[in-house]
Amino acid sequence: MSDLIKKTAAELAAAIAAGEVSAAEVTQAHLDRIGAVDGEVKAFLHVAADDALAQARAVDRKRAAGDPLGALAGVPVAVKDLFATAGMPTTCGSKILEGWVPPYESTITQRLRKAGAVLIGKTNMDEFAMGSSTENSGFWTSRNPWDLSKVPGGSSGGSAAAVAAHEAPLALGTDTGGSIRQPAAVCGVVGTKPTYGGNSRYGVVAFASSLDTPGPFGRTVLDAALLHEVMSGHDPCDSTSIDAPVPPVVEAARHGDVAGLRIGIVSEFSGDGYQPGVMTRFTEAVEVLEALGAKVTEISCPHFKYALPAYYLIAPSEVSSNLARFDGMRYGLRVGGGSAEEVMAASREAGFGAEVKRRIMLGTYALSSGYYDAYYGKAQQVRTLIIRDFDNAFSQVDVLISPPTPTTAFNIGERADDPMAMYLADLCTIPSNLAGNAAISVPIGLAPEDGLPVGLQVMAPPLADERLYRVAAAVEAAFTERWGHPLLAEAKGLSGE
Amino acid sequence: MPITRDEVAHLARLSRLALSDEELDHLAPQLDQIISAVAQVQEVAADGIPPTTHATGLTNVYRADEPVPCLTPEQALSGAPAVELQRFKVPRILVEE
Repeated sequence: MSDLIKKTAAELAAAIAAGEVSAAEVTQAHLDRIGAVDGEVKAFLHVAADDALAQARAVDRKRAAGDPLGALAGVPVAVKDLFATAGMPTTCGSKILEGWVPPYESTITQRLRKAGAVLIGKTNMDEFAMGSSTENSGFWTSRNPWDLSKVPGGSSGGSAAAVAAHEAPLALGTDTGGSIRQPAAVCGVVGTKPTYGGNSRYGVVAFASSLDTPGPFGRTVLDAALLHEVMSGHDPCDSTSIDAPVPPVVEAARHGDVAGLRIGIVSEFSGDGYQPGVMTRFTEAVEVLEALGAKVTEISCPHFKYALPAYYLIAPSEVSSNLARFDGMRYGLRVGGGSAEEVMAASREAGFGAEVKRRIMLGTYALSSGYYDAYYGKAQQVRTLIIRDFDNAFSQVDVLISPPTPTTAFNIGERADDPMAMYLADLCTIPSNLAGNAAISVPIGLAPEDGLPVGLQVMAPPLADERLYRVAAAVEAAFTERWGHPLLAEAKGLSGE
Repeated sequence: MPITRDEVAHLARLSRLALSDEELDHLAPQLDQIISAVAQVQEVAADGIPPTTHATGLTNVYRADEPVPCLTPEQALSGAPAVELQRFKVPRILVEE
């Protein structure tokens, strides 16, 4: 295997800018890696080989001409198949959009292209981002590169697996209830949910609009920060994006430091249902943070236990509205005959998978006359209580920490037809979506009982995303020194490794 | 109060999903289980707590009222299942009573 695929995005960008290696060579090395391992990992729904090489050669021409290069010039990025990419298929992991090629491009992928990034392909996901394992994909289930019998998490499981398997140094995901942080945790990579509104949702197919947050994956904290910075900022095309400066995340990632920082452990996120090995690593991370000079206390957020039920009313309600657009009239699958209404019902029946149907029905129920106040209305009030818990906590500490998810990667098939068990994977990540604040998952080791990766979740107030990177970089540096190598060096799930 | 199979069938009609009998049998108990679990929100959300619809607090965001380039008809129709006379061709939408 080429050494190039083991390099970080920061190293690749520097080597390309210095002319030590061409962007085309870097892209080819990653395409070769995809060719070698993606039969096992199944992270990609679409590999844009020719397109990616053309993008890379354009970077090489710019460099040869002496034109200024963007921050990610020549660095391959895998893109979750929820981002509209002009000229590249965009399916959202759904049969209803199989073969659809968008006529327009998301703001975020436009920004990546402008920064010189090479969009190498589209990654697998749970259908319309609903799920925690990629098992709800309309196409296939991606595999965890640490152990191919395990899920890579979800819904951005393809992106997490692609980065963990060295198929791309960076990837884009989206996080509505934990869909970046949970797959990052179980694949042993870094994943961030930025502040809601910190970047643009324009061209990101809507799941639950008040919660959906695009964000970065990387193998290092600095790499995630580099992508975070490039993808962020106000966009007039998204009226929910915030017109404020991008938090200095790259600067923070270069200067990991927790001396004097006040850190709160969320009391509610431990106990029954938490795998012992996850808590062993969490306790160890707390000791590391204290040894680095952080002041760690415990903080109760009493309403967090209602976050999961509130989420499973709010998100499905938004789903039932957002997914009404898939009606077989203007794009996507159309089946059956008869009236428009019959064609719509037949097309949606044929095109949507079980989880999407479950959530549409749940949302239709929660919004229906007679139930609205008791369900959707109450869930929105709980959302206020969760924001108040965060406000109270952040008046006492700078960041909060918890496990990102209660267990390590579970077996493929284990929770596939048990929706409530699947939903529990997002127990610890959902509060940040409901409050719209920022959170990250950074690797902190392997669970002793199964040898699978465990992450640490760090949560910060809205628009204080740089705090995540300051803490995560300090944790990463301390653990990498202790292990003597990056955690991913221990991954042996792929054949030939 | 458990959710009945008839109610689930009604929800499917509202949702424009032509579910099969097997799917209705499978979904009804699952929806009932999920709805019982999420009903917990009723324990804590006392009257008087304001609802939150979204987290940023932004309201009435407008852009300048200036024309900008948009999709061509060919682009807009590029994914259409059926096209006629530069329009989306759709099945009959009005049914004779």
